[in-house]
Amino acid sequence: MTATLTPTTPGAARIHAAFARAKQEGRAAFIPFMTAGYPTAQAFPAVADALLGQADILEVGIPYSDPLGDGPTIQRASEQALAGGTSTRHTLALVRELRSRHDTPIVIMTYVNPIYAVGPREFMRLAQEAGVDGLILPDLPPDQDLEIADLAAEHGMAVTFLIAPTSTPARVKLVAEACTGFLYAVSVTGVTGTREGSALNEVPAMLALARQHAKVPVAVGFGVKDAETAAQVAQVADGVVVGSAFINAVKAGQDVGALAASIRAGCKQN
Amino acid sequence: MSLQLPTYPQPDERGRFGRFGGRYVPETLIPALDELQAAYIEARNDPAFLNELERLLKDFVGRPSGLYLAQRLTEHAGGAKIYLKREDQNYTGAHKINNCLAQALLAKRMGKGRVIAETGAGQHGVASATAAALLGLECIVYMGAEDIRRQALNVFRMKLLGAEVREVTSGTSTLKDATNEAIRDWVTNVRDTFYILGSVVGPHPYPAMVRDFQSIIGEEVKVQHQALEGRPVPDAIVACVGGGSNAIGIFAPFAYLPEDQRPLLIGTEAAGEGVESGRHAASVAGGRIGVLHGAMMYLLNDDEGQIVPPHSISAGLDYPGIGPEHCLYSETGVAQYVPVTDAQALDALQLLTRLEGIIPALETAHAIHAAVNLARTMRPDQTVVVNLSGRGDKDVAEVMRLLDLGREQDAAPTPRTPEVHA
Ligand SMILES: Cc1ncc(COP(=O)(O)O)c(C=O)c1O
Repeated sequence: MTATLTPTTPGAARIHAAFARAKQEGRAAFIPFMTAGYPTAQAFPAVADALLGQADILEVGIPYSDPLGDGPTIQRASEQALAGGTSTRHTLALVRELRSRHDTPIVIMTYVNPIYAVGPREFMRLAQEAGVDGLILPDLPPDQDLEIADLAAEHGMAVTFLIAPTSTPARVKLVAEACTGFLYAVSVTGVTGTREGSALNEVPAMLALARQHAKVPVAVGFGVKDAETAAQVAQVADGVVVGSAFINAVKAGQDVGALAASIRAGCKQN
Repeated sequence: MSLQLPTYPQPDERGRFGRFGGRYVPETLIPALDELQAAYIEARNDPAFLNELERLLKDFVGRPSGLYLAQRLTEHAGGAKIYLKREDQNYTGAHKINNCLAQALLAKRMGKGRVIAETGAGQHGVASATAAALLGLECIVYMGAEDIRRQALNVFRMKLLGAEVREVTSGTSTLKDATNEAIRDWVTNVRDTFYILGSVVGPHPYPAMVRDFQSIIGEEVKVQHQALEGRPVPDAIVACVGGGSNAIGIFAPFAYLPEDQRPLLIGTEAAGEGVESGRHAASVAGGRIGVLHGAMMYLLNDDEGQIVPPHSISAGLDYPGIGPEHCLYSETGVAQYVPVTDAQALDALQLLTRLEGIIPALETAHAIHAAVNLARTMRPDQTVVVNLSGRGDKDVAEVMRLLDLGREQDAAPTPRTPEVHA
């Protein structure tokens, strides 16, 4: 499926190529997430380097004061990063620095208010300059702002919107058709986090519906925390997103690179 | 049946008041908002729902609330007649109960047995807990740790009513964080949970629905002002604005009149220690357009889009945004929004108490301050209606603390020039 894509922007092309490469290796794409500036602005680049060593695509979150879609783990990480002075512009500077060392596609996860505050056009300009390939917008249903996706495209970037288990078929169609990077399917009704026993049993039906409309790869996130859950998701999805587990690992002083390698290995498709 | 819910020309079908409003929320909630919108439209056209709501507003809440001529306050101001719309007479002590009962009835009708709410001052939490007790619903209230400290009495009332109060310690530990937490709960439990939102904020349809439920305040004013003054429309209306629900409730029934028939509409924002101090909650005077809790509105946020922690003496006004319909009123000049400081509100609270024997909520005191100033500039044949949004019982402990603090400072020994001995 990914091979027949005609990407609209350089960012979309790089993202699609990353999915295609993983597929050739018999894997779902591995997409780790980390909050920019966590645990500190100084320590973040080393954490990101460790993740980039394993990632097919890296997702970097702009720390935000009022994250509606996040659970306590990412929320606290954001508070800590903000207290250390990392927010919108600083995040883009950090990405720019990572870009100078890595070829791996990098996408930015941001709530919309930082985009509006900086100014959508200025934000896109800064993001493009930093080498950002795509945007993930957790509080922007695509029909709320029809300009953001156009502006991103104008600046060479792809956009990713989200669907959830509650999404009706009409919403799945609308969201899927708006995505130019990949489609992000939220595995559970809930916020981000590694809940105990978070069952992924709603995922297959949701993905079957999504694939009827999506022209882009479909990744699944929320609640994926280890090689085992990644392996479950990889059976049905093109990509696996893992966030809170890495923040917990950083917090616990664990080897993030080793965890990333083990989850990447779990992303095998058979 | 005589209760009708009003119909207004705003918002548009996408939930926009001009460029304000909308639905900036995780996709998980969009179907729930669609479901709520459909259920609300069905309910507001169903005589059974309206009859039940009317019965509760009358017999349980005690509506209509009075429109009371504040004679001594009027004399003190020395201008227009000042009328008080007595939402403090409502059961549970504030306007919040109007909206809570209506939403709880809707929750029950939709078959949702679990309701959640956010609260700042605790009035919305108490009203939600009350409505839940009355209708047999499970109730969880999110409240910031700082507000739990400031509003111990209301916390106890909620618990007594059988609600679970969940302390929120993220961010500033106040209303905005409690609202975040309530929305996160809703994202997680959306299939069986109804979110009773407490003001005219949040994603569509909340700002419109809460306004419709609170419009009974302004509709009653029309009838009462007609009886007292021989005309339905006062010359001016003043109300305090946190999210803006009591203000919209009294403004909206007048806001869409032709310009030459419209009263002067004044909303008072909490200016805290002064707008220039940076320690305030005045979103129109000191904010700029942004997105919070699912809607585009005037918002206290920095130039990188991080929400600036608000400050107000009153927990209920301590919110960094203002409802999208107010933003439209402000932009189009339909209403004006003026900042009132903590100190001015504290003075106005004492003034109303001494002159009229009514202890208002600290929120309401902001409106009293502006109303007295306004009335002073008007003629004695004109009228100003102040929305007395709530009574001050919940605030007396905090006011006692603040006034005692002031006294200690007054009593502090002033440095004296040392005596010089020859
Ligand atoms: C008495 C009173 N007035 C006003 C408010 C502010 O809310 P709103 O602006 O929604 O009326 C509150 C909020 O708790 C309140 O308790």
